[in-house]
Amino acid sequence: MSEPQIETSAADARLAKYEVVIGLEVHAQLSTKSKIFSWSSAAFGAEPNGATDPICLGMPGTLPVLNEAAVLAAVRLGMAVGSHIRPRCRFARKHYFYPDLPKGFQISQFDEPICEGGTIRFRVRGEQKSVRLERIHMEEDAGKNLHAAAGVSFVDYNRAGVPLCEIVSKPDVRSAEEAAEYLRALRTLVRYLGVCDGNMEEGSMRCDANVSIRLRGAEKYGTRTEIKNMNSFKNVRDAIEYEVRRQATLLDRGERVVQETRLWDASRGVTAAMRSKEQAHDYRYFPEPDLPPLALSEEYLAKARASLPALPEDRFERYTAEGLSAQDASVLVTEREIADYFDATVAAGAAQKGSSVTAKKAANWVINEVLARVDDPRRLAEADLPVSAAALAELIGLVESGTLSGKLGKDVFLRMWNERRSAADIVAAEGLAQVSDTGSIEQACQRVIAAHPDELARYRGGEKKLLGFFVGAVMKETGGKANPKGANEALRRLLDQGN
Amino acid sequence: MASLDIKGARIATLAEGVRSGKLKARELTEAYLDRVKTVDPQLNSYLLIDGAGARLQADAIDKAVASGEAVGPLAGVPIALKDIFVTKGLETTCASKILRGFVPPFDSTVGQRLAAAGTVMLGKLNMDEFAMGSSNENSSRGPVRNPWSLAHVPGGSSGGSAAAVAASLCAGALGTDTGGSIRQPAALCGVVGMKPTYGRVSRYGVIAFASSLDHPGPLGRTVDDVATLMEIIAGPDPRDATSIPAPVGQYRAAAKAGVAGLRIGIPAEYFGAGMDPEIDAAVKAAIDELGRAGAKVVPVSLPHTKYAIATYYLVCTAEAASNLARYDGVKYGYRAQDVRSLEELYTRTRGEGFGLEPKRRIMLGTYVLRSGYYDAYYGQALKVRRKVFDDFATAFTQCDAIVTPTSPIPAFKLGEKTADPLQMYLADVMTVAAPLAGVPALSQCCGFTKAGLPIGLQTIGPPLGEEVVFRVAGAYESRTDWHERLPADPSSSSPNAAAGGVS
Amino acid sequence: MSRISAEEVREIAVLARLALTEEEVTRMTHDLGAILGYVDALKELDTATTEPMTHAVPFDCPLRPDQVGLSLSVDEALANAPRREASFFQVPRIVSKGGAGPSEEG
Repeated sequence: MSEPQIETSAADARLAKYEVVIGLEVHAQLSTKSKIFSWSSAAFGAEPNGATDPICLGMPGTLPVLNEAAVLAAVRLGMAVGSHIRPRCRFARKHYFYPDLPKGFQISQFDEPICEGGTIRFRVRGEQKSVRLERIHMEEDAGKNLHAAAGVSFVDYNRAGVPLCEIVSKPDVRSAEEAAEYLRALRTLVRYLGVCDGNMEEGSMRCDANVSIRLRGAEKYGTRTEIKNMNSFKNVRDAIEYEVRRQATLLDRGERVVQETRLWDASRGVTAAMRSKEQAHDYRYFPEPDLPPLALSEEYLAKARASLPALPEDRFERYTAEGLSAQDASVLVTEREIADYFDATVAAGAAQKGSSVTAKKAANWVINEVLARVDDPRRLAEADLPVSAAALAELIGLVESGTLSGKLGKDVFLRMWNERRSAADIVAAEGLAQVSDTGSIEQACQRVIAAHPDELARYRGGEKKLLGFFVGAVMKETGGKANPKGANEALRRLLDQGN
Repeated sequence: MASLDIKGARIATLAEGVRSGKLKARELTEAYLDRVKTVDPQLNSYLLIDGAGARLQADAIDKAVASGEAVGPLAGVPIALKDIFVTKGLETTCASKILRGFVPPFDSTVGQRLAAAGTVMLGKLNMDEFAMGSSNENSSRGPVRNPWSLAHVPGGSSGGSAAAVAASLCAGALGTDTGGSIRQPAALCGVVGMKPTYGRVSRYGVIAFASSLDHPGPLGRTVDDVATLMEIIAGPDPRDATSIPAPVGQYRAAAKAGVAGLRIGIPAEYFGAGMDPEIDAAVKAAIDELGRAGAKVVPVSLPHTKYAIATYYLVCTAEAASNLARYDGVKYGYRAQDVRSLEELYTRTRGEGFGLEPKRRIMLGTYVLRSGYYDAYYGQALKVRRKVFDDFATAFTQCDAIVTPTSPIPAFKLGEKTADPLQMYLADVMTVAAPLAGVPALSQCCGFTKAGLPIGLQTIGPPLGEEVVFRVAGAYESRTDWHERLPADPSSSSPNAAAGGVS
Repeated sequence: MSRISAEEVREIAVLARLALTEEEVTRMTHDLGAILGYVDALKELDTATTEPMTHAVPFDCPLRPDQVGLSLSVDEALANAPRREASFFQVPRIVSKGGAGPSEEG
């Protein structure tokens, strides 16, 4: 951010004067195997027009048939945010002409969407926020237009028909920063549920923002603009911040904000009005005649509810209640796989005899050792992860019970990770069990003292800090296995004795 | 070529002949192809004749029969499809310039079922463009002429299907009925045509005109022919979400079961001003015949009949405007030349590619779906549709089947009604209510006017009541011989001669 | 006096992406006007308590399993394309970025 000082303070003054009102529309591509109304693959990455079928190409004579996985994803998403799931909902046709829309209409939902209401909870700099939802509905994605050489554009229909959930918030968001955190929370949530991978850069999660400002204390909303083309959290934040400044400047000058759609241009750092002359679309909605209304039974809904995982915000609260720092709890909940792994470690630890695997300890190990070694945190759910939650719990138990020193524990972990062996295995095989029995420590200390008469004399002569030297020598003598505390006590006793 | 006499041939007879080896499928196919070549130039019922494909299919059947392999129940029977059914690898156009050159990469479900039953597909039949019309004068490939009189229309939109069946240019055909487009041409051409219950026959592969009103269905010379085709094409289809999951009925058996004890309802609203007196007389005679056959005739009322046309033209045009939005020159079909912008691509492709009637209906449909107009027009029409449905539901508590004329007028002359679209629409008065309600209805011949033009009798049944419809139609046919009459073959020298009358 | 004006006819033609000749506009104004006049009769009916009939089937939407089936090959998908370039459908350059729907492009 490199704005001249004067603008910044002016910006602060403007923020104090105006309240920002933002509503967000997020399109989440559902990670089903096939498309919402047809059987071709919904996966990303096929060669252009290599993943189509007559239905998603809008060929004459084709009919849509609804994918059950898309419905379940929408229902679980709605339940996770506390929406009311309509027992009956309808599909509708939304008409406009555009090359990436093969039928000239999109099958979406209008009057009776599958989910109504709901709330997204998230934190902004530690403070709890919640944003109410208007609705969540199902619809099909359009294809992609590529602007090619002069005078022509290309169309690829691979994406046409991929299932989407459109999540519409009420205008409860109050800053660009909140908008970014809302999106982050939504991303985490959809990944938790396994319904979408939430990747804004790849386009599996897209966001449009409706932005307006009004004088603080005013009742009526200001005129809003719709901002599109923001493909990352940073872009969302920057675009909204720019748009707020732009609107405030207009209002300060006594001018009006025009209701229009504007595109964010990240390279120039500005929003620009779309040049299309038909900005206000008459979509001519009517009920989709090829799909009867969708009915969801009580049993279906109960099963869906039972399949929900513990959700990120609930887990965050539980972890902090168990004594974890907000920082650590935050890290653990960013991905469901991390939280699941953590929960499994704690559970495995609790099942061990004489357990001493506390949440705090488990958090340390999971964050600093396990997470540090994977490039994608979702690997924590894979069956072939080198160190399972149970194996980690065993290791932690060995360290906490004193069998292994803390430092050795980390070395053992590294070996467990590289060699895929259990801690118990490695410790037994290498005889790494921390030497704690006072007899062996005593002997080791005596051997060391006997081997270093000069240092002994100097210690007794007053150089007390040579204790460290002796401790180190005992550790070396025992191959690092001596319990440092025990060695320390024994040495002090032996060294301070007379002869 | 073969001296096989195929004029008026019945599907069951042909199937039995081929199955028993007495008839060679190839000879049969050649006989029909020959007839098409000789007769069809005067009628223009075929848009595409697939001689090569038909011969291949026929040869395969002969080979199978000869080696004792099992063949389908209709093996060797030559049929043809209205050009609204997509056919894999064969051009499918809906008789529109905007789909010229479109070769679908997939087949319709009903086409696949007929092929699996062993039928030989001779080709694609002419129709009103995008199924919009009641006279087959809206085709971009020229009108179809009525085999009973070349100066008259065959009806529409399945005019090609009805004419081809009437002239024995195929043993049976498929058409579609949205406001009467199977029944009315069947009536005007003196053949049998059925609009099944909505959802009874799959719409997958049927190019959409009005999704909630389109009904694919069969046409044939006799009730048994149509019942036979129905047994093959009907049934649930996972590719059509509006397809009824119920099992297929025994339609051929029903057609032989008679009408003793059935109550036949006669709605007053279908008999009144505007009806041709010869039609009125013929239909009333038919009703009397049904009474003699053992049915009890009762009066019923369908009070919202007079609102059915308005309702139909609001619902079907809205859905049509929507279904035809995909024709834009991008993915298939016609594309305007030398366009300078995307806008021009759309407006000129569609302006040049669509005929006048589709454009008219697209305009009306777009208008009534506009925000602000929806409730008054389309919204209101959907509610009146419910009232039409309720009328039938009430009537069917008082009777088992309803009998009416199919069309208030016999075939009219080419060009007679093309100036005023509203006049053309009003001719649908007797056929539009059944598709609005989704109830099954069939038309069969019940006489001829003095001028030699066929008169149609319509039987309407309750939802999934095909069997009762077939009982009535079968009983009537068994007691009459209208279905035995065949039109004279047109003389090849004068396509405009008003050759008509009865052979 | 038609129920619909020529001006409105032109507006609808734009919405429906239909290029109409002046003669067609005149004809449509007359034809549509007559039809709209005819369908006005529906307003006589009291439908305050009537449920709209959107579908002629009494059952609910069936669901299909989430299974991938055979795609069309690129050539099959493009076989009917009026203008094709490599494996794309070609259209005249789209001037304004972004459509009305869920597709955004950078």
